[in-house]
Amino acid sequence: MLIIRCPICGDRPELEFRYGGEAHVARPAATEALDDQQVADRLYMRSNPKGLTVERWRHVHGCGRFFNAVRDTVSDFFVTTYKAGEPRPDLDALKKEAVR
Amino acid sequence: MADVALKEPALRRSVFEGLPLASRAAAACALEPLPPATRLSVRGRPGVAEAAAGALGFPLPTDVCRAAEAGGRAALWLGPDEWLVIAPEAEAATLPAALETALAGVPHAVVDISHRNVALAVSGPAAAYVLNHGCPLDLSLSAFPVGMATRTILGKVEVVLWRTGPDSFRLECWRTFAEWVVAFLNEARREFD
Ligand SMILES: [Zn+2]
Repeated sequence: MLIIRCPICGDRPELEFRYGGEAHVARPAATEALDDQQVADRLYMRSNPKGLTVERWRHVHGCGRFFNAVRDTVSDFFVTTYKAGEPRPDLDALKKEAVR
Repeated sequence: MADVALKEPALRRSVFEGLPLASRAAAACALEPLPPATRLSVRGRPGVAEAAAGALGFPLPTDVCRAAEAGGRAALWLGPDEWLVIAPEAEAATLPAALETALAGVPHAVVDISHRNVALAVSGPAAAYVLNHGCPLDLSLSAFPVGMATRTILGKVEVVLWRTGPDSFRLECWRTFAEWVVAFLNEARREFD
């Protein structure tokens, strides 16, 4: 079983968590100014990278908090987690660290 | 108009009544229903923790996954803004009002969930081992010490688990899951039968 580090509770089993989609998808300030394509892009289009991806997770069967995680989609390895509201980490730096 | 007389309410029955709690496996892991209790869900920003002491007699714990206990009442940290307060059933009418008074002026929510949950005492030298059949947490004393409490899962059911002693846990689950929880734990402790 994967162990995921909740930024509040610490290391916990993956069964306590629920996936919450890609992180840092900002809602545009003036949604009324968007055309259909832009709305569709924001709602449905995700980066889906091979490698490091930044996701929202929720410790639903624990403290209940949403947080963000950097996960490697190739190995399913959780590189790091951080509290919601904190800035996206530098993925290139994390990649270099992972190689080392 | 028909003459409708209100009957006396039916005798109260525990959801555990009739469930197979007695077992030869009890020497390794005993299951015992705990009495009905007053249960309150308390939500609010950190200021709530100190202010609640005015009603509880002690502040809500702010340490992650810890329980505080005094005078027959307990408060379990469930999240950074969420606590489960457990008190004697006789305080069902008075404690929520006392908390509302103590928390006046601090944004908060106090919700009575007394009848949503039921509680089992799970105890014995194999208690952690049996719980681990469905709870993936590390329940060793170093990782889950006495006084630690958390929401987690048991099999497919969300529970609140509180270690009250080296070999004893209080397990809270939703009322409608009680029968399933007992069946699951009985299956898990069958090897000691
Ligand atoms: Zn957590």
